[in-house]
Amino acid sequence: MKLKGRKIVGGKAEGELIVSRKALSFLGGVDPETGIVTDAESDIRGQSIAGKILAFPRGKGSTVGSYVIYALKKNGKAPKAIIVGEAETIVATGAIIAGIPMVDGIDVSRLRSGERVKVDADSGEVEVPEPGE
Amino acid sequence: MYLTKEEELILAGEYGYALQKAMEILVALGEIYGAERLIPIKSAQIAGVSYKNIGDAGMEFLRDFADAGAKVSVYTTLNPAGMGDDEFMEKQREVLELYRRMGIEITSTCTPYYGANLPKFGDHIAWSESSAVSFANSILGARTNREGGPSSLAAAIVGRTPNYGLHLDENRKATVIVNVDAEVETFVDYAALGYHLGRTLGNDVPYLRGLKPERTELLKEMGAAMAASGSIALYHVEGETPEYRTAIAEELETITVEDSDIRAMREEFRDDWTDIDMILIGCPHASLGEVKEIAELLRMRGRPLRIPLFITASGAVKALADALGYTEIIERYNGRIIADVCFVVSPIKGWYRGIATNSGKSAFYFRSFGFSVRLDDAEDLIREAP
Repeated sequence: MKLKGRKIVGGKAEGELIVSRKALSFLGGVDPETGIVTDAESDIRGQSIAGKILAFPRGKGSTVGSYVIYALKKNGKAPKAIIVGEAETIVATGAIIAGIPMVDGIDVSRLRSGERVKVDADSGEVEVPEPGE
Repeated sequence: MYLTKEEELILAGEYGYALQKAMEILVALGEIYGAERLIPIKSAQIAGVSYKNIGDAGMEFLRDFADAGAKVSVYTTLNPAGMGDDEFMEKQREVLELYRRMGIEITSTCTPYYGANLPKFGDHIAWSESSAVSFANSILGARTNREGGPSSLAAAIVGRTPNYGLHLDENRKATVIVNVDAEVETFVDYAALGYHLGRTLGNDVPYLRGLKPERTELLKEMGAAMAASGSIALYHVEGETPEYRTAIAEELETITVEDSDIRAMREEFRDDWTDIDMILIGCPHASLGEVKEIAELLRMRGRPLRIPLFITASGAVKALADALGYTEIIERYNGRIIADVCFVVSPIKGWYRGIATNSGKSAFYFRSFGFSVRLDDAEDLIREAP
Protein backbone atom coordinates (compact mmCIF):
# COMPACT_ATOMS: atom_id res chain seq x y z
CA MET A 1 0.00 0.00 0.00
CA LYS A 2 1.30 3.44 -0.90
CA LEU A 3 0.52 6.57 1.10
CA LYS A 4 0.89 9.78 -0.85
CA GLY A 5 2.28 12.89 0.76
CA ARG A 6 4.46 15.80 -0.28
CA LYS A 7 8.21 16.18 -0.61
CA ILE A 8 9.83 18.49 1.93
CA VAL A 9 13.41 17.20 1.53
CA GLY A 10 14.20 14.81 -1.31
CA GLY A 11 15.87 11.41 -1.08
CA LYS A 12 15.04 7.76 -0.51
CA ALA A 13 15.27 5.51 2.54
CA GLU A 14 14.11 2.12 3.74
CA GLY A 15 13.91 0.83 7.29
CA GLU A 16 12.01 0.18 10.47
CA LEU A 17 9.38 2.68 11.61
CA ILE A 18 9.24 4.33 14.98
CA VAL A 19 5.95 6.17 15.38
CA SER A 20 5.14 8.86 17.93
CA ARG A 21 1.44 9.57 18.35
CA LYS A 22 2.17 12.98 19.86
CA ALA A 23 3.90 16.12 18.62
CA LEU A 24 7.64 15.93 19.19
CA SER A 25 10.06 18.55 20.50
CA PHE A 26 13.69 18.03 19.52
CA LEU A 27 15.21 20.65 21.82
CA GLY A 28 15.16 18.98 25.21
CA GLY A 29 13.13 16.16 23.68
CA VAL A 30 15.78 14.09 21.90
CA ASP A 31 19.34 13.51 23.12
CA PRO A 32 21.63 14.60 20.25
CA GLU A 33 24.43 12.27 21.47
CA THR A 34 22.39 9.04 21.56
CA GLY A 35 19.21 9.61 19.55
CA ILE A 36 17.11 8.57 22.55
CA VAL A 37 13.80 10.39 23.10
CA THR A 38 13.77 12.20 26.45
CA ASP A 39 10.62 14.35 26.03
CA ALA A 40 8.66 13.67 29.25
CA GLU A 41 5.32 13.93 27.40
CA SER A 42 6.33 11.63 24.55
CA ASP A 43 4.81 8.20 24.08
CA ILE A 44 8.12 6.92 22.64
CA ARG A 45 10.19 8.20 25.57
CA GLY A 46 13.31 6.11 26.19
CA GLN A 47 13.40 4.70 22.65
CA SER A 48 16.05 5.51 20.06
CA ILE A 49 15.26 7.14 16.72
CA ALA A 50 18.77 6.47 15.35
CA GLY A 51 18.73 4.68 12.00
CA LYS A 52 14.93 4.39 12.01
CA ILE A 53 12.23 5.98 9.90
CA LEU A 54 10.70 8.48 12.31
CA ALA A 55 7.00 9.36 12.02
CA PHE A 56 5.06 11.86 14.15
CA PRO A 57 2.13 14.27 13.68
CA ARG A 58 4.13 17.52 13.90
CA GLY A 59 7.02 19.27 15.59
CA LYS A 60 6.72 21.58 18.57
CA GLY A 61 8.93 23.58 20.90
CA SER A 62 11.92 25.82 20.30
CA THR A 63 13.29 26.53 16.83
CA VAL A 64 16.67 25.46 18.23
CA GLY A 65 15.27 21.97 17.62
CA SER A 66 16.51 22.32 14.02
CA TYR A 67 20.09 22.33 15.32
CA VAL A 68 19.43 19.22 17.40
CA ILE A 69 18.43 17.39 14.21
CA TYR A 70 21.68 18.60 12.61
CA ALA A 71 23.67 17.36 15.63
CA LEU A 72 21.97 13.94 15.46
CA LYS A 73 23.18 13.62 11.88
CA LYS A 74 26.74 14.68 12.74
CA ASN A 75 26.78 12.16 15.59
CA GLY A 76 25.50 9.33 13.38
CA LYS A 77 22.26 9.09 15.40
CA ALA A 78 19.80 10.67 12.99
CA PRO A 79 16.70 8.95 11.64
CA LYS A 80 17.05 7.70 8.03
CA ALA A 81 13.92 9.62 7.03
CA ILE A 82 11.21 11.74 8.65
CA ILE A 83 7.47 11.40 8.02
CA VAL A 84 5.07 13.96 9.48
CA GLY A 85 1.39 14.75 9.28
CA GLU A 86 2.05 18.45 9.00
CA ALA A 87 5.45 20.04 8.36
CA GLU A 88 6.41 23.18 10.27
CA THR A 89 9.52 25.35 10.35
CA ILE A 90 11.54 23.59 13.03
CA VAL A 91 11.57 20.06 11.71
CA ALA A 92 11.65 21.08 8.03
CA THR A 93 14.68 23.30 8.61
CA GLY A 94 16.40 20.60 10.65
CA ALA A 95 15.84 18.00 7.95
CA ILE A 96 17.18 20.36 5.26
CA ILE A 97 20.38 21.33 7.04
CA ALA A 98 20.96 17.71 8.05
CA GLY A 99 20.04 16.34 4.60
CA ILE A 100 17.44 13.88 5.89
CA PRO A 101 14.67 12.87 3.43
CA MET A 102 11.34 14.20 4.69
CA VAL A 103 7.72 13.83 3.62
CA ASP A 104 4.63 15.57 5.01
CA GLY A 105 0.90 15.16 4.51
CA ILE A 106 0.88 11.53 5.66
CA ASP A 107 -1.78 10.27 8.07
CA VAL A 108 0.66 8.89 10.64
CA SER A 109 -2.15 7.18 12.58
CA ARG A 110 -2.03 4.53 9.81
CA LEU A 111 1.61 3.71 10.61
CA ARG A 112 2.85 1.24 13.25
CA SER A 113 6.18 1.11 15.04
CA GLY A 114 8.24 -1.89 13.93
CA GLU A 115 6.86 -2.00 10.37
CA ARG A 116 9.39 -1.86 7.54
CA VAL A 117 8.63 0.95 5.11
CA LYS A 118 10.10 2.52 1.99
CA VAL A 119 10.18 6.29 1.74
CA ASP A 120 10.54 7.98 -1.63
CA ALA A 121 10.66 11.60 -0.56
CA ASP A 122 11.21 12.83 -4.13
CA SER A 123 7.73 11.65 -5.10
CA GLY A 124 6.35 12.08 -1.56
CA GLU A 125 5.42 8.40 -1.30
CA VAL A 126 5.60 6.03 1.64
CA GLU A 127 5.19 2.32 0.92
CA VAL A 128 3.82 0.34 3.86
CA PRO A 129 3.08 -3.42 4.09
CA GLU A 130 -0.53 -4.47 3.38
CA PRO A 131 -2.45 -5.48 6.54
CA GLY A 132 -1.70 -9.13 7.28
CA GLU A 133 1.35 -9.12 5.04
CA MET B 1 6.47 28.13 -5.94
CA TYR B 2 7.80 30.27 -8.75
CA LEU B 3 11.58 30.78 -8.75
CA THR B 4 13.57 33.15 -10.94
CA LYS B 5 16.38 31.76 -13.07
CA GLU B 6 18.93 33.00 -10.55
CA GLU B 7 17.04 31.45 -7.64
CA GLU B 8 16.94 28.14 -9.53
CA LEU B 9 20.71 28.28 -9.98
CA ILE B 10 21.27 29.00 -6.28
CA LEU B 11 19.02 26.03 -5.41
CA ALA B 12 20.97 23.81 -7.82
CA GLY B 13 24.17 24.64 -5.97
CA GLU B 14 25.79 26.81 -8.65
CA TYR B 15 26.74 29.44 -6.05
CA GLY B 16 28.06 27.02 -3.44
CA TYR B 17 26.88 24.94 -0.52
CA ALA B 18 25.93 27.70 1.93
CA LEU B 19 23.68 29.60 -0.46
CA GLN B 20 22.16 26.34 -1.64
CA LYS B 21 21.25 25.21 1.90
CA ALA B 22 19.87 28.66 2.72
CA MET B 23 17.78 28.60 -0.45
CA GLU B 24 16.53 25.08 0.32
CA ILE B 25 15.25 26.31 3.68
CA LEU B 26 13.43 29.27 2.10
CA VAL B 27 11.90 27.19 -0.69
CA ALA B 28 10.73 24.47 1.72
CA LEU B 29 9.10 27.04 4.01
CA GLY B 30 7.53 28.74 1.02
CA GLU B 31 6.04 25.42 -0.12
CA ILE B 32 4.81 24.55 3.38
CA TYR B 33 3.05 27.87 3.86
CA GLY B 34 1.87 28.34 0.29
CA ALA B 35 4.06 31.25 -0.86
CA GLU B 36 3.90 32.01 -4.57
CA ARG B 37 7.40 33.45 -4.75
CA LEU B 38 10.31 34.92 -2.82
CA ILE B 39 10.52 38.65 -2.12
CA PRO B 40 13.59 40.80 -1.35
CA ILE B 41 14.10 41.85 2.26
CA LYS B 42 15.66 45.04 3.64
CA SER B 43 17.14 43.61 6.84
CA ALA B 44 17.36 40.60 9.12
CA GLN B 45 17.51 40.08 12.88
CA ILE B 46 18.91 36.73 13.99
CA ALA B 47 17.94 34.80 17.13
CA GLY B 48 19.90 31.81 18.38
CA VAL B 49 22.84 33.72 19.83
CA SER B 50 23.07 32.63 23.45
CA TYR B 51 25.18 29.51 23.89
CA LYS B 52 22.62 28.51 26.54
CA ASN B 53 20.01 28.24 23.80
CA ILE B 54 21.85 26.85 20.79
CA GLY B 55 24.36 24.65 22.60
CA ASP B 56 27.07 22.66 20.88
CA ALA B 57 24.59 21.52 18.20
CA GLY B 58 23.88 25.05 17.03
CA MET B 59 27.54 26.02 17.24
CA GLU B 60 28.52 23.09 15.09
CA PHE B 61 26.00 24.13 12.45
CA LEU B 62 27.13 27.76 12.50
CA ARG B 63 30.79 26.74 12.26
CA ASP B 64 30.16 24.43 9.29
CA PHE B 65 28.09 27.15 7.64
CA ALA B 66 30.69 29.89 8.21
CA ASP B 67 33.47 27.55 7.01
CA ALA B 68 31.47 26.96 3.84
CA GLY B 69 31.65 30.70 3.16
CA ALA B 70 28.15 31.72 4.20
CA LYS B 71 27.77 35.52 4.03
CA VAL B 72 24.73 37.68 4.63
CA SER B 73 23.58 39.85 1.74
CA VAL B 74 21.41 42.36 3.66
CA TYR B 75 21.97 44.40 6.81
CA THR B 76 21.77 41.90 9.65
CA THR B 77 21.87 42.29 13.42
CA LEU B 78 21.90 39.83 16.29
CA ASN B 79 19.86 38.99 19.35
CA PRO B 80 21.41 39.46 22.82
CA ALA B 81 24.11 37.09 24.06
CA GLY B 82 24.14 35.18 27.34
CA MET B 83 26.30 35.60 30.45
CA GLY B 84 27.79 32.74 32.42
CA ASP B 85 31.00 31.32 33.89
CA ASP B 86 34.38 31.46 32.11
CA GLU B 87 33.74 28.27 30.17
CA PHE B 88 30.36 29.58 29.03
CA MET B 89 31.81 32.95 28.03
CA GLU B 90 34.47 31.30 25.90
CA LYS B 91 31.79 29.44 23.95
CA GLN B 92 29.66 32.59 23.80
CA ARG B 93 32.52 34.59 22.27
CA GLU B 94 33.02 31.83 19.73
CA VAL B 95 29.34 31.98 18.70
CA LEU B 96 29.58 35.75 18.20
CA GLU B 97 32.76 35.31 16.17
CA LEU B 98 31.02 32.81 13.87
CA TYR B 99 28.22 35.29 13.22
CA ARG B 100 30.77 38.07 12.64
CA ARG B 101 32.51 35.89 10.04
CA MET B 102 29.21 35.67 8.16
CA GLY B 103 29.15 39.46 7.87
CA ILE B 104 26.61 40.05 10.62
CA GLU B 105 26.79 43.23 12.70
CA ILE B 106 27.60 42.20 16.28
CA THR B 107 25.06 44.52 17.88
CA SER B 108 23.49 41.94 20.15
CA THR B 109 20.17 43.37 21.20
CA CYS B 110 16.46 42.56 21.14
CA THR B 111 15.81 46.25 20.30
CA PRO B 112 17.81 46.70 17.09
CA TYR B 113 15.38 49.50 16.20
CA TYR B 114 16.99 51.68 18.93
CA GLY B 115 20.23 51.47 16.99
CA ALA B 116 21.27 50.64 13.51
CA ASN B 117 18.47 48.38 12.29
CA LEU B 118 15.37 50.55 11.93
CA PRO B 119 12.99 49.43 9.16
CA LYS B 120 10.42 51.82 7.79
CA PHE B 121 6.73 51.42 7.04
CA GLY B 122 6.02 48.71 4.48
CA ASP B 123 9.54 47.25 4.41
CA HIS B 124 9.72 43.48 4.09
CA ILE B 125 12.19 42.07 6.63
CA ALA B 126 13.02 38.65 8.13
CA TRP B 127 13.31 39.01 11.86
CA SER B 128 13.43 36.51 14.64
CA GLU B 129 13.06 37.49 18.33
CA SER B 130 9.37 37.65 19.17
CA SER B 131 9.37 41.09 20.84
CA ALA B 132 11.28 42.71 17.97
CA VAL B 133 8.91 41.05 15.47
CA SER B 134 5.95 42.51 17.36
CA PHE B 135 7.54 45.99 17.44
CA ALA B 136 8.47 45.94 13.74
CA ASN B 137 5.04 44.74 12.58
CA SER B 138 2.81 46.68 14.94
CA ILE B 139 4.59 49.93 15.76
CA LEU B 140 6.73 50.45 12.66
CA GLY B 141 4.42 48.86 10.10
CA ALA B 142 7.27 46.84 8.59
CA ARG B 143 6.42 43.25 7.58
CA THR B 144 7.89 40.09 9.02
CA ASN B 145 6.78 36.65 10.06
CA ARG B 146 7.91 35.24 13.39
CA GLU B 147 11.11 33.73 12.04
CA GLY B 148 13.20 31.19 13.91
CA GLY B 149 16.97 31.58 14.10
CA PRO B 150 17.81 29.33 11.13
CA SER B 151 15.13 30.74 8.80
CA SER B 152 16.09 34.37 9.48
CA LEU B 153 19.75 33.42 8.86
CA ALA B 154 18.78 31.74 5.59
CA ALA B 155 16.82 34.84 4.54
CA ALA B 156 19.76 37.09 5.46
CA ILE B 157 22.11 35.03 3.30
CA VAL B 158 19.86 34.87 0.25
CA GLY B 159 18.44 38.38 0.86
CA ARG B 160 14.91 37.11 0.29
CA THR B 161 12.05 35.51 2.15
CA PRO B 162 9.01 33.52 1.00
CA ASN B 163 6.00 35.78 0.51
CA TYR B 164 3.42 34.41 2.95
CA GLY B 165 1.87 35.18 6.33
CA LEU B 166 2.35 38.72 7.58
CA HIS B 167 4.02 39.84 4.34
CA LEU B 168 0.57 39.74 2.71
CA ASP B 169 -2.07 42.47 3.18
CA GLU B 170 -4.89 40.04 3.94
CA ASN B 171 -3.08 38.46 6.89
CA ARG B 172 -2.42 41.82 8.52
CA LYS B 173 -6.11 42.43 9.16
CA ALA B 174 -7.43 42.21 12.70
CA THR B 175 -9.05 38.93 13.73
CA VAL B 176 -10.56 40.06 17.04
CA ILE B 177 -11.54 43.38 18.63
CA VAL B 178 -10.43 43.99 22.21
CA ASN B 179 -12.31 46.63 24.16
CA VAL B 180 -10.06 47.73 26.98
CA ASP B 181 -12.51 48.68 29.70
CA ALA B 182 -9.84 48.98 32.36
CA GLU B 183 -7.35 51.49 33.65
CA VAL B 184 -4.23 50.81 31.64
CA GLU B 185 -1.69 53.53 32.29
CA THR B 186 1.59 52.36 33.73
CA PHE B 187 4.31 50.18 32.25
CA VAL B 188 3.17 47.15 34.23
CA ASP B 189 -0.48 47.75 33.30
CA TYR B 190 0.56 47.45 29.66
CA ALA B 191 2.67 44.38 30.41
CA ALA B 192 -0.28 42.79 32.22
CA LEU B 193 -2.63 43.56 29.34
CA GLY B 194 -0.20 41.98 26.88
CA TYR B 195 0.32 38.94 29.06
CA HIS B 196 -3.44 38.48 29.44
CA LEU B 197 -4.08 38.82 25.70
CA GLY B 198 -1.25 36.45 24.74
CA ARG B 199 -2.65 33.83 27.06
CA THR B 200 -6.26 34.32 25.96
CA LEU B 201 -5.82 34.82 22.23
CA GLY B 202 -2.89 32.60 21.17
CA ASN B 203 -2.00 33.82 17.68
CA ASP B 204 -4.78 36.26 16.77
CA VAL B 205 -4.26 39.77 15.38
CA PRO B 206 -6.00 41.89 18.04
CA TYR B 207 -7.42 45.36 17.40
CA LEU B 208 -7.34 47.25 20.68
CA ARG B 209 -9.76 50.02 21.58
CA GLY B 210 -9.52 52.31 24.57
CA LEU B 211 -5.75 52.71 24.91
CA LYS B 212 -3.93 56.04 25.07
CA PRO B 213 -0.28 55.12 25.48
CA GLU B 214 1.78 58.13 26.52
CA ARG B 215 4.98 56.71 25.10
CA THR B 216 6.05 54.03 22.65
CA GLU B 217 7.81 52.01 25.38
CA LEU B 218 4.40 51.08 26.80
CA LEU B 219 3.38 49.42 23.53
CA LYS B 220 6.80 47.79 23.22
CA GLU B 221 6.27 46.24 26.65
CA MET B 222 2.71 45.14 25.89
CA GLY B 223 3.77 43.53 22.60
CA ALA B 224 6.68 41.70 24.20
CA ALA B 225 4.40 40.24 26.87
CA MET B 226 1.79 39.08 24.35
CA ALA B 227 4.46 37.52 22.17
CA ALA B 228 5.88 35.65 25.17
CA SER B 229 2.67 34.32 26.73
CA GLY B 230 1.09 33.70 23.31
CA SER B 231 2.44 33.95 19.79
CA ILE B 232 0.98 37.31 18.75
CA ALA B 233 3.20 38.91 16.11
CA LEU B 234 0.97 41.86 15.15
CA TYR B 235 -1.59 44.02 16.94
CA HIS B 236 -3.33 47.27 16.08
CA VAL B 237 -4.21 50.08 18.48
CA GLU B 238 -7.00 52.41 17.42
CA GLY B 239 -5.69 55.91 16.77
CA GLU B 240 -2.09 54.87 17.48
CA THR B 241 -0.44 52.25 15.31
CA PRO B 242 0.20 52.90 11.61
CA GLU B 243 -2.16 50.35 10.06
CA TYR B 244 -5.20 50.68 12.32
CA ARG B 245 -7.31 52.48 9.69
CA THR B 246 -7.21 49.51 7.33
CA ALA B 247 -7.12 46.80 9.99
CA ILE B 248 -10.80 45.90 10.11
CA ALA B 249 -12.08 44.21 6.97
CA GLU B 250 -15.11 42.35 8.28
CA GLU B 251 -17.30 42.00 11.32
CA LEU B 252 -15.26 40.62 14.18
CA GLU B 253 -15.80 38.99 17.51
CA THR B 254 -15.30 41.43 20.39
CA ILE B 255 -13.85 40.65 23.80
CA THR B 256 -13.57 42.98 26.77
CA VAL B 257 -10.67 43.35 29.16
CA GLU B 258 -11.58 44.47 32.66
CA ASP B 259 -9.63 45.77 35.63
CA SER B 260 -9.76 42.33 37.23
CA ASP B 261 -7.84 40.86 34.25
CA ILE B 262 -5.08 43.41 34.72
CA ARG B 263 -4.94 42.97 38.49
CA ALA B 264 -4.77 39.18 38.15
CA MET B 265 -1.27 39.35 36.71
CA ARG B 266 -0.02 41.77 39.32
CA GLU B 267 -1.28 39.36 41.97
CA GLU B 268 0.33 36.39 40.24
CA PHE B 269 3.80 37.96 40.55
CA ARG B 270 3.88 39.34 44.08
CA ASP B 271 6.69 37.50 45.84
CA ASP B 272 8.08 39.22 48.96
CA TRP B 273 11.06 41.55 48.83
CA THR B 274 12.80 39.16 51.26
CA ASP B 275 12.90 36.57 48.41
CA ILE B 276 14.37 39.07 45.94
CA ASP B 277 18.10 39.65 45.49
CA MET B 278 18.24 41.50 42.17
CA ILE B 279 16.30 44.14 40.23
CA LEU B 280 16.08 43.91 36.46
CA ILE B 281 14.97 46.67 34.09
CA GLY B 282 15.21 46.41 30.33
CA CYS B 283 13.31 43.45 28.90
CA PRO B 284 13.02 44.13 26.01
CA HIS B 285 16.21 46.21 26.19
CA ALA B 286 15.67 49.66 27.68
CA SER B 287 15.32 52.79 25.58
CA LEU B 288 17.28 55.92 26.44
CA GLY B 289 14.04 57.30 27.91
CA GLU B 290 13.73 54.33 30.26
CA VAL B 291 17.37 54.69 31.34
CA LYS B 292 16.83 58.36 32.06
CA GLU B 293 13.72 57.55 34.10
CA ILE B 294 15.67 55.10 36.27
CA ALA B 295 18.47 57.61 36.85
CA GLU B 296 15.89 60.19 37.99
CA LEU B 297 14.09 57.71 40.25
CA LEU B 298 17.38 56.74 41.89
CA ARG B 299 18.23 60.37 42.49
CA MET B 300 14.85 60.92 44.12
CA ARG B 301 15.39 57.87 46.31
CA GLY B 302 18.63 59.44 47.42
CA ARG B 303 20.31 56.38 48.96
CA PRO B 304 21.99 53.42 47.25
CA LEU B 305 20.17 50.15 46.72
CA ARG B 306 21.27 47.25 48.90
CA ILE B 307 20.61 44.74 46.13
CA PRO B 308 22.03 45.22 42.64
CA LEU B 309 19.98 46.84 39.89
CA PHE B 310 20.73 45.83 36.32
CA ILE B 311 19.53 47.68 33.26
CA THR B 312 19.99 45.72 30.05
CA ALA B 313 20.22 47.78 26.88
CA SER B 314 21.76 47.87 23.42
CA GLY B 315 25.32 49.12 23.04
CA ALA B 316 23.95 52.18 21.27
CA VAL B 317 21.69 53.16 24.18
CA LYS B 318 24.47 52.44 26.70
CA ALA B 319 26.87 54.71 24.79
CA LEU B 320 24.32 57.53 24.87
CA ALA B 321 23.64 56.96 28.56
CA ASP B 322 27.40 57.15 29.21
CA ALA B 323 27.71 60.35 27.22
CA LEU B 324 24.72 61.99 28.89
CA GLY B 325 25.85 61.11 32.43
CA TYR B 326 23.00 58.71 33.28
CA THR B 327 25.35 55.76 33.70
CA GLU B 328 27.33 57.56 36.36
CA ILE B 329 24.21 58.44 38.35
CA ILE B 330 22.92 54.87 38.12
CA GLU B 331 26.25 53.43 39.28
CA ARG B 332 26.30 55.79 42.26
CA TYR B 333 23.17 54.01 43.56
CA ASN B 334 24.41 50.42 42.99
CA GLY B 335 22.95 50.09 39.52
CA ARG B 336 24.65 49.05 36.29
CA ILE B 337 23.81 49.30 32.62
CA ILE B 338 24.93 46.19 30.79
CA ALA B 339 24.99 46.19 27.03
CA ASP B 340 24.17 43.54 24.44
CA VAL B 341 23.29 40.74 26.87
CA CYS B 342 20.12 39.19 28.25
CA PHE B 343 19.41 37.57 31.61
CA VAL B 344 16.58 35.47 30.21
CA VAL B 345 19.01 33.61 27.92
CA SER B 346 21.78 33.34 30.55
CA PRO B 347 22.48 30.38 32.85
CA ILE B 348 22.03 32.46 36.02
CA LYS B 349 20.32 29.78 38.11
CA GLY B 350 22.22 29.82 41.39
CA TRP B 351 23.45 33.40 40.93
CA TYR B 352 20.12 34.83 42.14
CA ARG B 353 17.06 33.52 43.98
CA GLY B 354 14.51 36.13 43.14
CA ILE B 355 14.09 38.92 40.62
CA ALA B 356 12.11 42.14 40.83
CA THR B 357 11.25 43.56 37.44
CA ASN B 358 8.84 45.82 35.58
CA SER B 359 8.82 43.48 32.58
CA GLY B 360 5.93 41.11 31.97
CA LYS B 361 8.03 39.10 29.55
CA SER B 362 10.86 38.45 31.98
CA ALA B 363 8.43 37.86 34.87
CA PHE B 364 6.85 35.13 32.76
CA TYR B 365 10.17 33.47 31.89
CA PHE B 366 11.88 33.76 35.29
CA ARG B 367 8.86 32.26 37.03
CA SER B 368 9.00 29.33 34.60
CA PHE B 369 12.72 28.91 35.41
CA GLY B 370 11.85 28.61 39.11
CA PHE B 371 12.83 32.06 40.40
CA SER B 372 10.80 34.15 42.83
CA VAL B 373 9.41 37.10 40.91
CA ARG B 374 8.06 40.49 41.91
CA LEU B 375 6.47 42.58 39.18
CA ASP B 376 6.05 46.31 39.80
CA ASP B 377 6.48 49.61 38.02
CA ALA B 378 9.98 51.07 38.09
CA GLU B 379 9.00 53.86 40.50
CA ASP B 380 7.57 51.38 43.01
CA LEU B 381 10.55 49.06 42.63
CA ILE B 382 13.07 51.80 43.28
CA ARG B 383 11.09 53.37 46.11
CA GLU B 384 10.39 50.09 47.91
CA ALA B 385 13.59 48.12 47.25
CA PRO B 386 15.88 47.41 50.21
